[in-house]
Amino acid sequence: MRIVVQESPFDLGAETTGFAASQSNMGAIVTFTGVVRNNAAGTLEKMLIEHYPGMTEKALTAIAQEACTRWDLGDVLVIHRYGEMRPGEMIMMVATASKHRVHAFEAAEYLMDYLKSRAPFWKQEFTVDGADWVAAKEIDEEALKRW
Amino acid sequence: MDVVYFAWVRERIGLPKEHVETQAGTVVELVDELRAREERYALAFSDLSALRVAVDQELTEFDASLEGVREVAFFPPMTGG
Repeated sequence: MRIVVQESPFDLGAETTGFAASQSNMGAIVTFTGVVRNNAAGTLEKMLIEHYPGMTEKALTAIAQEACTRWDLGDVLVIHRYGEMRPGEMIMMVATASKHRVHAFEAAEYLMDYLKSRAPFWKQEFTVDGADWVAAKEIDEEALKRW
Repeated sequence: MDVVYFAWVRERIGLPKEHVETQAGTVVELVDELRAREERYALAFSDLSALRVAVDQELTEFDASLEGVREVAFFPPMTGG
């Protein structure tokens, strides 16, 4: 299990290749990548992600550990950035490895659902009109109930 | 204990962290003490359903005990991912 919280960009290709290469006995690798999306008007200048140093790493580790107890996983990787990002930049990625693809897919979805609502990150969007905190969505909280 | 604030809670209160001397037994009692201090606290804590709290970096409820606690954090619902 590897949990990384960093300000700098990450190399999706290198991370995915490295993660897959370390799994000699796994038949399935699933990766998800979160990207800064522009708004409907295309006016997003930047996104600023704030986090709670210390708690962030603990929360992500707990979520990843829980995934490992629920599914038959060879390994889990979570990388989440904080700080300033522009539209199109990668915010975060998760990767799961399992002997079976269903476990790898489900565990990746579980990680994403929990990470969105239980890991202490807050997004602030900057447009020409100023700065706005992104509100948590009801649907994200609802998504936790299926697990 | 240390009280820390994130996102718009930090902006409304105007600081990221402060040391608070308190006899509050629960998070709600601490919130009531802070609210009584100044308008900016009353504004930040006006709607607890819009807030989340962590005690010693563990997400918890507002009725949680503060016994032996070193750090309390207040913030809006998280938006990771």
